Amino acid sequence: MSNTLANPPPSWGDPNLSDQEKRTLAAMCARMIPASDEYKVPGADDPLIQADIAKSLGRDATAVHEALALLDRLAGGDFAALPVAKQDEACATLRAEGGMNLTLTTRIVLQCYYRDDRVMISLGMEPRPPFPKGHVLPQGDWSLLDPVRARGKIWRDA
Amino acid sequence: MPELDPVDVLIIGSGASGAAVAWSLADTKMRILCLEQGDWQNSANYPSTGRDWEARQFADMATSPNRRQLWSDYPVNDDNSPIKVLNFNAVGGSTILYAAHYPRLHPSDFKVKSLDGVADDWPVDYHQLEPFFAENDRMTGVSGMTGDPAYPPQKTPPMEPLPMGRSGRMLGEAMNRLGWHWWPSDCAVTTREYEGRAPCINLGHCIAGCAQGAKASTDITYWPAAIRAGVELRTRSRVREITVDPATGMANGVIYYDKDGIEQFQPAHVVVVAANGIGTARLLLNSKSERFPNGLANSSDQVGRNLMFHPYASIWGYFHEETDGNRGPPLSLWSHEFYETDKSRGFVRGYSWQFGRGVGVILEAQQSMALGRLPWGAEHHATYRKLHNHRMNIAAICEDLPEPHNRVTLDPVLKDAHGIPAPKIDYTLSENSNRMLDHAIARATEALREAGAWDIGVERPILNGGWHLLGTARMGDDPTRSVVNGWGRTHDVKNLFIVDGSIFTTSGGVNPTSTIQALALYIADQMKQRLATLFD
Repeated sequence: MSNTLANPPPSWGDPNLSDQEKRTLAAMCARMIPASDEYKVPGADDPLIQADIAKSLGRDATAVHEALALLDRLAGGDFAALPVAKQDEACATLRAEGGMNLTLTTRIVLQCYYRDDRVMISLGMEPRPPFPKGHVLPQGDWSLLDPVRARGKIWRDA
Repeated sequence: MPELDPVDVLIIGSGASGAAVAWSLADTKMRILCLEQGDWQNSANYPSTGRDWEARQFADMATSPNRRQLWSDYPVNDDNSPIKVLNFNAVGGSTILYAAHYPRLHPSDFKVKSLDGVADDWPVDYHQLEPFFAENDRMTGVSGMTGDPAYPPQKTPPMEPLPMGRSGRMLGEAMNRLGWHWWPSDCAVTTREYEGRAPCINLGHCIAGCAQGAKASTDITYWPAAIRAGVELRTRSRVREITVDPATGMANGVIYYDKDGIEQFQPAHVVVVAANGIGTARLLLNSKSERFPNGLANSSDQVGRNLMFHPYASIWGYFHEETDGNRGPPLSLWSHEFYETDKSRGFVRGYSWQFGRGVGVILEAQQSMALGRLPWGAEHHATYRKLHNHRMNIAAICEDLPEPHNRVTLDPVLKDAHGIPAPKIDYTLSENSNRMLDHAIARATEALREAGAWDIGVERPILNGGWHLLGTARMGDDPTRSVVNGWGRTHDVKNLFIVDGSIFTTSGGVNPTSTIQALALYIADQMKQRLATLFD
């Protein structure tokens, strides 16, 4: 995706995730958006989606590092190693205490999940950019404005 | 420092107003130069050409310069404001990054003191600007529908309106049942071939640049014509200060940093500032001299004061019926039902509504999860499918009355990449604005419920809602209470003009770009009519 930069400025934070962070992120994403047979979609822990997230930290790299660090702390050291029930408890605490760092992390997860081809197809969308095909909208029946016309002028003389 | 060849007219900023003035003045055959801190945009790189189109609204095409952090941006300290400053710095300025919703101010907006006893009347009125509104509509390429009862009947958009769509029908039927005004918006978006521009194909992402070229930004409207007529546009040129001849007190040029970062002095006989309501105030305040120790053209102490944003409220609903989502220009209908003053509502002046078709797939997920509407876990998918393409939005644009404590000053610490002091914003919402927001939210909720909404969300004021930067060098007849006169010339410096939104005396309650540009064309016309006596 072209919104990634090869050399982001240092002020944005380390653009790379450590192996531990990747494990934590994937485990968190699995609790956030699980795979679904019913809707024929992968979970947010899918390897392709995880790879997209990992290269999309951009301006929010520091926030992602801090959110994942907090999650590991809440888990007693290694979130991914916890049983699922304990992971859900840690996630509940994270959502209460994660603040803006979690909001920004979640935003990246969702941006990568909902631009995945499989997810878009499941939603009935064509996996393509808007340009050049665009979209078709009904022009509508402008006689719907007749009551507005009939009411007459509403602007104020000045 | 090298001294460049002098120009007759130097324009600072190439956005909505700078482009219009450059084009209008070009027929004088004077030597005209525009300095622009950003560069030309390539529409092939606009977000809608890529799969990451939604992600880029939080990255290189973010509306906030503090988030975007491009080389062309300057930082803004807006920590002390509930509304954050938005802009874009490029050829075309913020018209690159706007929704192209294009209403005019109303006739009453120019007479608020006479009509409602608040703020000040403008020294110009709607009828003086009317020919320039029409000229600007033709240059811009505006779509819409003649006959809107919210405006005088002369307003005739040159193109037919954008599609009503599913969302428009649903809201229009509801507004009819309530007996409330609604109408196709004037939009700076082509609906057919127009002056070499292709018609809109409903890319759905107008804000962050139009890859089709259907949305009017001044890089594709005024600038090609102005350059053909001989105007020079110099990009990557950031002006640090306007200089003054100490003997005469007249502006004699600007100091700027060129594309290589080298300091240059550009002499000029006339200087026109078109840098928006934040950038213009910042530049004037940074232009201190022995004669103007508090900033240029600031003997009234009004430079930077009276900042008006338009407090926005966003009210959205979810519907069982499918809506348009992002499959079309987001804004194409408006209501001015609550625009004119009705004191029984508990506030003076009023607001307009712009109807939003819906939002994109990612933004729906992000907003809904942040607000707790979209859960984590097993219920995520089923819940999301009730939200995606089932939303419509009403945004209320409230008139923001001028208050001197809402202001732009220079930050004592923060600087841009060239070491130029950055603007600092201090802004609070007035009680009148809060009452107006209350009313707008209640009425919009009523409209959305009438249209069938099963759930309602509200954001007030919209945090990242400082699109409209107005009032910080206001227009007026009294030099002790205003910065420029009725035709844009500063009271203090007779060859210094300001043409952007900073000269608005009051804000009105609509998107200001159409009025900014009409006013810029009016000022250019006044300059041309007075060429022989311009400095008298």
